[in-house]
Amino acid sequence: MIQYMIKRIVIGVLSLFVLVGITFFLTRAIPGSPFESSNVSGEVLEMMENEYGLNDPVIVQYGTYLLHVIQGDFGYSYENPSQSVTSIIAEFLPVTIMTGGLALLLAIVTGVSFGIWMVVSKQKIIQRALFSGTILGTGIPNFVLALVLIFVFGVKFHWLPVAGGSEWESYILPVCSLAIYPASVICRMTAHLYKEEMKKEYVVLAKAKGMQWERIVWKHVLRHIWLPLFNYLGSAAAFLLTGSFAIESIFTIPGLGSQFVHAISNRDYTLIMGLTIFMGTVVISIQVLVDLLGAWIDPKIRRSYEGQ
Amino acid sequence: MFLQKKNKMLKRGMILFCILALLALFVPLLSPWSCTDMNADIRNMSPNLQHFFGTDKFGRDLFVRTFYGARISLLVGILSALINGIFGICYGGFSGYSGKVVDILLMRVADIISSIPSLLYVILFTLVFGANEMSIILGLCISGWIETARIVRGEVIRLKNREFCIAAGLFGKGKLYIFFQHILPNAAGPVMINLTFLVPQAIFTEAFLSFMGVGISPPKASLGSLIQFSRSQMQTYPYQMIFPTLILVLFIVSMNLIGEGLKNMEKVREEE
Repeated sequence: MIQYMIKRIVIGVLSLFVLVGITFFLTRAIPGSPFESSNVSGEVLEMMENEYGLNDPVIVQYGTYLLHVIQGDFGYSYENPSQSVTSIIAEFLPVTIMTGGLALLLAIVTGVSFGIWMVVSKQKIIQRALFSGTILGTGIPNFVLALVLIFVFGVKFHWLPVAGGSEWESYILPVCSLAIYPASVICRMTAHLYKEEMKKEYVVLAKAKGMQWERIVWKHVLRHIWLPLFNYLGSAAAFLLTGSFAIESIFTIPGLGSQFVHAISNRDYTLIMGLTIFMGTVVISIQVLVDLLGAWIDPKIRRSYEGQ
Repeated sequence: MFLQKKNKMLKRGMILFCILALLALFVPLLSPWSCTDMNADIRNMSPNLQHFFGTDKFGRDLFVRTFYGARISLLVGILSALINGIFGICYGGFSGYSGKVVDILLMRVADIISSIPSLLYVILFTLVFGANEMSIILGLCISGWIETARIVRGEVIRLKNREFCIAAGLFGKGKLYIFFQHILPNAAGPVMINLTFLVPQAIFTEAFLSFMGVGISPPKASLGSLIQFSRSQMQTYPYQMIFPTLILVLFIVSMNLIGEGLKNMEKVREEE
């Protein structure tokens, strides 16, 4: 177990270095100097470039940047130099976590219940409808879904607000449009696992001794569904974070995603770098955490890893 | 009955995809309207017999523009899946054949790359190399090959010491020949399934980037930028948004259906 933990953490840390490296070198490869647009003569320009270390070898610059990043210092936004990237992250992160968390919760609840319903239901129509729903749910891009929801519920019927406000109604549409994709994935996963589990002998035994269906599902079957669901959390986190780019800017929610899109359209490179590295770090840490916890919960995984 | 139902999914997906692909190929070729020419006389027309999807606020025919965008989606999707497939097969094959240390090292490198969300790279690539199809494809190729490489590597390790491979070796066949002739066909099913699912992902990524304004740059049309463009007029001219959206969703759904159908076929084959 300890061997597995060390391996997994080392891979995670190396991924972080690669992430920082790719981000740094790619941004450096963008043509032009940050001071080009400011109206200064050649000498002053050179002085400024020296001041910011832009004439050092790239490796040295990378080392300095890495050192700063490890200390949590991503520099200052080009667009708005009075704000450090770290303070922007701290300001906008809570909203993103909240919408993402709500979407995840909604996806798990609806996904699991619809997944079981899809298998249990005796009616062909419901089965078909739910299955087509999951196909559509994985097929429709989140930004398209957001626009469709706005069009139907906001523009046509005026039921729900379409742009961000502080009241809770304005979070319904964004959370729904974020949740549909993971909900469809979870729904299909649950349906598949449920079907497989219900065939097993312990369920037959439980039925034979007269246990109620609800109790079988709650006590026995669901336990086998939680673990694969838990393992899915890593990719779900990646999906929710990248999904927040479009959703937050469409619904004008003040979160990290809309900040990122804003930074891209303004070519605010320090902010882009900082946010890319931060989001990558969040996703990688969640994956490592999920893998470690998963191995801790389920010895099968870690044994298969050790036996390799 | 089980088999038939599953094949239906594959069939439907294939038919849908073929129709869309043919339309994407031939509509911009055969239509009298151009994709970029603006015409002030026919602004914001509703769908009619001359302009099946209507026109946008600069008087450009949306039917042509939508399928021109579909062409770009198709190009990005298929090309990136192909490159990822070829690279993944080579990488996985090499990793599986080379011994312990190299193999472990190569697979760890793959693990490291795969844990970074790929959308972040693609965005950086479009910023650095310019907003065009090639930088999107390049960005998609950074991590898309990993799953294929893992599948192929697993298959090589499983099969390389089996009798039929050793026998082929004794007949004087080279490793490359054995790999392509005897081992790769065994991995063909899973690899195909995996590559099929890469296509809708790529189409989604392209549309998403164009929607955010960093993908395909105007005046070229892409499904994503068409949707973004029509957003401001959603209330007055909803059809300008509906058609590109519909085509995009149908594209992704058709590829997903094909992938699911293939997956089920593979499952049935394994069970037999």
